[in-house]
Amino acid sequence: MTSRNPLTVTHLFALLALVLLAGCSSDQQNWNAKSISGLMPELSYQLTDTTGNTATAEDNKGNIRLMFFGFTSCPDICPTTLQKLSAVVNDLPEPARKDVKIIFVSVDPQRDTPERIKSYVEFFGDDIIGLTGSEKNLRELSKRYRTTFGYEAPDEKGNYDVSHSGAVYVFDRKGEARLLVRPGQSLEALTADITALANEDA
Amino acid sequence: MSAADYLLPYDFSPLTILAYILVLGLFSYGLFRMPAAERPGSGRIFTFTLGVLLCYLVMQTRFDYYSQYMFFVHRGQHLILHHLGPILIALSNPLPVMQFLYRQIPRIALPFLAPIGWAYRVLQQPVIASLLFFGLIYFWLWPSIHFDAMLSRDLYWVMNWSMLLDGLLFWWLIFDPRSPTTSDALGYGKRMLCLAVVAVPQMILGAYIVFARGMVYDVYEVCGRAWPMPPDMDQLLGGLLTWIPPAMMSIFGILIILRRAMRADTNGAADSDSRSKPHPAPQSP
Repeated sequence: MTSRNPLTVTHLFALLALVLLAGCSSDQQNWNAKSISGLMPELSYQLTDTTGNTATAEDNKGNIRLMFFGFTSCPDICPTTLQKLSAVVNDLPEPARKDVKIIFVSVDPQRDTPERIKSYVEFFGDDIIGLTGSEKNLRELSKRYRTTFGYEAPDEKGNYDVSHSGAVYVFDRKGEARLLVRPGQSLEALTADITALANEDA
Repeated sequence: MSAADYLLPYDFSPLTILAYILVLGLFSYGLFRMPAAERPGSGRIFTFTLGVLLCYLVMQTRFDYYSQYMFFVHRGQHLILHHLGPILIALSNPLPVMQFLYRQIPRIALPFLAPIGWAYRVLQQPVIASLLFFGLIYFWLWPSIHFDAMLSRDLYWVMNWSMLLDGLLFWWLIFDPRSPTTSDALGYGKRMLCLAVVAVPQMILGAYIVFARGMVYDVYEVCGRAWPMPPDMDQLLGGLLTWIPPAMMSIFGILIILRRAMRADTNGAADSDSRSKPHPAPQSP
C-alpha cells in the first residue's frame, strides 16, 4: 500500500469545512454569539399572548427579536437569561431600544397560564412578550428552530423539571435568523452583538 | 403518544422515502425476475431487508427525533447508518441481484453511467476508502461542524446520508463476496488491514469524548435534550458508543475475513482451476 501523508487529508477536510461554513454565512461581522445566518428559517410562529389572544411573528415585524424558550417555574436559567436580556435592551441607546423585543416562549403550557406568564415577564421588564400555546404549536416552533423540550415525571407534589433550550435566538428586523446566543454569553458580549445588529440596518 | 407517532417520520423527507422505496422495489423486482438458480436464499434476503429497514427506522421514525436531541442516541444512529446497516447489507451479498439489474439497463444508457463507475473505483481505493471512513466520522464530530449540522436541517440530512453512503461503500469493499484470486476484489490481507486502520482513530475519538472534562458537544445543551438527563452522562454514553461497538465491529469483520481467507487457502487447489472461468459464482458469506 502506498503511504499517504494523513495531514493532507486533515487539511482537505478543514478546507471542506471552511467552504461549507463560508457557504452558510455571508456575515462579515465578528459576532460574539454563534452566527446562524442561512442555517435556520425566518421567524414564524402561531401562539397565544398574555391576554389570551393569538400572536404571530407579524405582530412585531420590523423589530429585532430575541426569542427564548423556558417555563416560569424554571429555577435558574430562565430568570438569569431574562434578566440579562432585559439589561441588554435597557443599555441600548434610545432609538434602538424600542426596536428590540424580547420574546419569552413558555414550553410548559399546562402550568403556565397567560396570566402567570404575564406576571412573570413583567417582573423582568415592561416590554417582554410572553407567549405560550398548545403543545402541538410549541412542538412545531421548537422543531423549526431545531430545539426541543421534555418533561420529567412529576414528584408527589406535582412539581416536575422541564428540559428546554438554553439558547437565545436572535432575529433581525426582516425576521431572518441571525444569532444563537449560548447560555454562558457575557452581558457585554451580548450588548455588543445586539448594538451591532441594531446599527446594521437602522 | 400513539404507536403511529413512533413509527411516523419526525422530519419527513420525501427524497429519503423515495430512495428506500427505490432500493427495496428494485431489489424485489430483481428477485422475482432473475433466474432461480442465481437467486439468493431466504436468509440472505432477510439480512438484506433487515439492514435496509434498520437504516430506514433510524432515519424516518421517532428514533430520528431522539437522535437530534440526545448525543448518545445520535451516536447510536450513526452506528447503524455507518456500521450495522451497511454491514448487514454487504454480508447479505446482493451482488447477484445487482448483476441481474445491471443487465436490464439498456445498452444505450451505459455510457451515461460510466462516471458513476469512475467515482466508485476512486472511492474504493483501500487508502481512500479507509481515510474517508474515519475521516467522515471526525468531520461530522468536529465540534463546530457538529454544532452547525445539528442546527441546520439541510446539513443534518447531508450528514446522515453521507454516513450511510460511505458506510455502504466501505463495508462493501470489506465484505466483497468475490474472491480476490479470481477477481479484482481487494485481497484479504488488505481488507483486514483496512479494518484495523479504521478502528484505531475511532477508538481514540471515542476515548477522547469519554474522558473529556468539559462539554465537547454543547449543541445538545443549547438546543435542549429530549428528556432531562445530566449532560456529562449523555456525553459519556455517546463516547462509549463511538469507542466500543465500532472497535468490536472491526474485530468481527477481521474474523469473518480471516475465515474466508482460511477457506480459500484450504480450497486453494480447487480454486486455482476456476481462475480460467470468466464468471465465477459469487461466494456466499
